[in-house]
Amino acid sequence: MRDEEVKTPYTEGPMHSTSPVIDPGLTFASVTDKISSIVLKRKTSLAWFFGFAISFALFQLMLLAMTNLVFVGIGLWGVNVPVAWGIDILNFVWWIGIGHAGTLISAILLLLRQRWRTSINRFAEAMTLFAVAQAGMYPIFHLGRPWLMYWLFPYPNTMGIWPQFRSPLMWDVFAVSTYATVSAMFWFVGLIPDFATLRDRARSKPFQMLYGMLAMGWRGSARHWHRYEMAYLLLAGLATPLVLSVHTIVSFDFAVGIIPGWHATVFPPYFVAGAIYAGFAMVLLLTIPLRKFYGLEGFITMRHMHNMAKVMLATGLIVGYGYIMEAFFGWYSGNKYERFMIWNRMHGPYHLYYWALILCNIITPQFLWFKKIRANLLALWIISFIVSIGMWLERFVIVVTSLHRDYLPSSWGMYQPTQWDWSMFIGTIGFFFTLLFLFIRFLPMISIFEMRTILPEAEVEE
Amino acid sequence: MDSDGRKLEQPIAAGHDPLPGHRRHAPPLYGVMAEFESPTDLVAAARQVYHLGYRRINGYSPYPIEELSEAIGFTHTSLPLIVFIGGVLGMLGGFFMQYWIEVIDYPINVGGKPYNSWPAFIPITFETTVLSAAFAAVLGMLILNKLPQPYHPVFNVPNFAFATRDRFFLAIEANDPKFDHANVIELLKSLGAMEVNDVEV
Repeated sequence: MRDEEVKTPYTEGPMHSTSPVIDPGLTFASVTDKISSIVLKRKTSLAWFFGFAISFALFQLMLLAMTNLVFVGIGLWGVNVPVAWGIDILNFVWWIGIGHAGTLISAILLLLRQRWRTSINRFAEAMTLFAVAQAGMYPIFHLGRPWLMYWLFPYPNTMGIWPQFRSPLMWDVFAVSTYATVSAMFWFVGLIPDFATLRDRARSKPFQMLYGMLAMGWRGSARHWHRYEMAYLLLAGLATPLVLSVHTIVSFDFAVGIIPGWHATVFPPYFVAGAIYAGFAMVLLLTIPLRKFYGLEGFITMRHMHNMAKVMLATGLIVGYGYIMEAFFGWYSGNKYERFMIWNRMHGPYHLYYWALILCNIITPQFLWFKKIRANLLALWIISFIVSIGMWLERFVIVVTSLHRDYLPSSWGMYQPTQWDWSMFIGTIGFFFTLLFLFIRFLPMISIFEMRTILPEAEVEE
Repeated sequence: MDSDGRKLEQPIAAGHDPLPGHRRHAPPLYGVMAEFESPTDLVAAARQVYHLGYRRINGYSPYPIEELSEAIGFTHTSLPLIVFIGGVLGMLGGFFMQYWIEVIDYPINVGGKPYNSWPAFIPITFETTVLSAAFAAVLGMLILNKLPQPYHPVFNVPNFAFATRDRFFLAIEANDPKFDHANVIELLKSLGAMEVNDVEV
């Protein structure tokens, strides 16, 4: 098994599509030069400045929305009793879900020895980190008094009080902050050898110093590599259960509550699958234009597109199963509130959201069964876009339709996001892309040293 | 201790000037570095050098080569143990922090549940376990590797910048008990090195 893998490192069995994982003509030198030149030599294109400018402008909208929120208060948002969690908690769940694909690609696929992950893991990890950064801001600003957010952490204080650890909201604080920290460390550790590559390739003194400091004196010593590989493997082993725990705990925010439609045991697996589904959609959404623009077709091949589309299809089916089970539980529970909740989702004032969700998340991915559609990048991009919207709608349906009509009809109400809710959402998209544009300009978006390992010449012949 | 955590003996044996007559005070020598074109050449050379009894040797490559660390006799690292200890400490610390707060220091009756409602403490215990183990993995790796280390003699080798591109290097260090300058250069050349250089400290 192992020998076979060594002899044919970049071909695949009959079960897979025929594209290779990496362009067979590449060498150590060409891989190194090609990826590092994007950062070091290539002239920054007008399109980059254009994209960056738009993202940065939207990022300013986020800062404006946040500043206004801090000055005026949470009343700026559309949240109120009975819908105290509006699109801001929804956006938190949406962003953090997007992040999960990055960890899945970098950690879980590493443990499963999926070599195709190598050319997309750096980019997907960056996406994770930036998405988690957006996610983290929502609950903090939702607190109403965000400047007191440090009260969430257990620290000895003069008030003599402690956080309540039996609450899923506290679990969330620990899960998200751990996830952000571990993702950042995993990403940075992966970058160290590539910083050394950039240090040795950079022509200008400031960049030599910048990358030199970040590389921390990395010199590719065999002893260092040995410990490095061990650390990387252990981090992957730690990140794997971590990523599953994060969305499980996010789902506990809902499932531990007794709101109809939230109090369901299917929530953790269904949330995790949904997170991976949304995350792969986002990876495809970003890599399809990026590989074309930077001419990375030799690194991110059609094999990657096929595989990511298949993961999307599989997780989409799990999510579809989750929706069916929600409806089934509603009916089978015999509980009139649960039954009403399902009926209200399908026929109530927000029924358009529900049916749009079914269209986006269950019907659309079925096209991915066809090889022709998986091979058509435009179709794949459009499907990914629709799935991203669908996953946003899913969280809208879960958060809003369950809250707006629960047990007591006298407390029913409607929810309407305000312009400030939308400003915050659009603003975080801007911030996300701002970070992403800076990343592709200043850091190698493909892991150079890992690409070297999958080249045919990397094998030691006995 | 040198950069890789091995004990140093005398840097260079007294009266054994590696570069006699070149300068009045020959610069102290870190070792001799050979450059190879392929990972196969490097691993073969490393095996041969190790076989001949040299122990203070090190390979440098642009990507991790499992066979190389085996060839230079470096197969054990205590990193897994460090990570395990980090994880256990994180687990105990996380659980007993919650226990101490919720049971001893600040007990609050929530829905008649016991103060020590341990299942509710598990999610945070899990997160602190992972967090602490991950810190142990990253910091442990950096500390064992003696990083950050801004200066190292091997960077003086002219072509060493290609160690992060497509070249492979093997160093025999001057503190090796068997180190003899002329012999080592001869040996490395005979092993197919493209170039052999002295590494000044």
